[in-house]
Amino acid sequence: MRFVDEYRDPAAARTLIARIHALAGDDHFKFMEVCGGHTHTIYRHGIEHLLPSNVEMVHGPGCPVCVIPMGRVDDAIALAETPGVIFTSFADMMRVPGSRGSLLEAKARGADVRFVYSPLDALRIAMEHPDKPVVFFAVGFETTAPSTGVTVLEARAHAIDNFSVFCNHVTVVPPIKAILESPDLRLDGFVGPGHVSTVIGNRPYRLVSEVYGKPFVTAGFEPLDILQAIAMLLAQIREGRCEVENQYTRVVRDEGNPRALAVLEQVFELRPDFEWRGLGSISQSALKLRAEFASWDAELLYEVPGVRVADPKACQCGEVLKGALKPWECKVFGTACTPETPIGTCMVSSEGACAAYYNFGRLHRETAATMGRSA
Amino acid sequence: MCLGIPGQVVELLDSENQLAKVEVTGVRRTINVALLENEHLQEGDWVLIHVGFALSKIDEAEARLTLDALKLVGQAYTDEAAAVRQSRITPTTSAIGG
Ligand code: SF4
Repeated sequence: MRFVDEYRDPAAARTLIARIHALAGDDHFKFMEVCGGHTHTIYRHGIEHLLPSNVEMVHGPGCPVCVIPMGRVDDAIALAETPGVIFTSFADMMRVPGSRGSLLEAKARGADVRFVYSPLDALRIAMEHPDKPVVFFAVGFETTAPSTGVTVLEARAHAIDNFSVFCNHVTVVPPIKAILESPDLRLDGFVGPGHVSTVIGNRPYRLVSEVYGKPFVTAGFEPLDILQAIAMLLAQIREGRCEVENQYTRVVRDEGNPRALAVLEQVFELRPDFEWRGLGSISQSALKLRAEFASWDAELLYEVPGVRVADPKACQCGEVLKGALKPWECKVFGTACTPETPIGTCMVSSEGACAAYYNFGRLHRETAATMGRSA
Repeated sequence: MCLGIPGQVVELLDSENQLAKVEVTGVRRTINVALLENEHLQEGDWVLIHVGFALSKIDEAEARLTLDALKLVGQAYTDEAAAVRQSRITPTTSAIGG
């Protein structure tokens, strides 16, 4: 077990793997890890090769860059190309292809696009250029939405009126629900996202266990965390339980971060529906600024095309995001679609399943093939 | 942007703007700590930082664990660290001459 020797605590890893083998027996299990960070850990540490072949991990929709549809990227580019506007974005979003190229290409054509680490960096740019409108491309799950919220509150408190937000924040539970309702996939449980849960806590996931009857375990990002979460899922099934459990108690509290939740409630409201790449329109799955913050809402201040654009034909990101297809099963994976020339979003973000697999998975699959599954 | 990065609070800067100076990936940067308002943050505490905001308080062992795990993922960590380095968060009050 070459991979295990690289772990922080190889003995603990071996114990967990043995426990997973014993619990799984000969039955087939399919678990989804929701978060792109987990997908990354699974490939980086060869976890799928340490699991019994009847315990399968499928990757979920938890990469916020990957789920932004083409139409919204086109809207962002339209905003960036509005004369006079300084458009600010996280670096991850700069290379996401829209139907007329990416933000990076818009920048090359002359748009003033700047990448920022924080919405507060975008606000600082607005303070430094009081004569220019500055738009911030807000993306991310509940992990980043409170930060956008605080930034909007700051803008209002200090009457910074040349700053606005193009809001694309999404929420994590509705896509899980959409996947549970889609007929393509039979899942036995979920490895729940770690960092988003520091904000929302564990209670919102009860829907998954109580309504859909699937066990759910919130997990940390270390390989041992993921192995332990898988063992916890199997133990629930074997003991006839179906609950939301927290493997990541070191960081995640059941009630989440009440202050961050209060900011979300104050600044945002749910959109009736929002288009997700590959998953289609999902009701009440995304956030917009409340009416009282209309002066900071770029969608109200500017003309955005707001057109729904179909994904490129070759792209199978939707299937990958739903866990219905493994990255390497996409026809263009590694040939036409690479991190340098991404066709789909899952190849752009380092948290995307295709990029993670491209960077680590192939190598590990080859190693595993030559080494066999000697556990 | 989903990856949190651990940082250690070096100085609580400005209670009005809820800013703190943290040491993160070997550089000192200003972050916002408004989301940890009720956590009695002190100098020396470790926090998990997302896009310039402290989102949760963690202990030192967890901070090391997270950093080690992050470094192993390679590119994503390098990108995040590079992004942190170019961050220049300043008090909003400076906009109104404060
Ligand atoms: S290989 Fe490219 S096009 Fe295919 S699913 Fe992955 S990101 Fe999408």
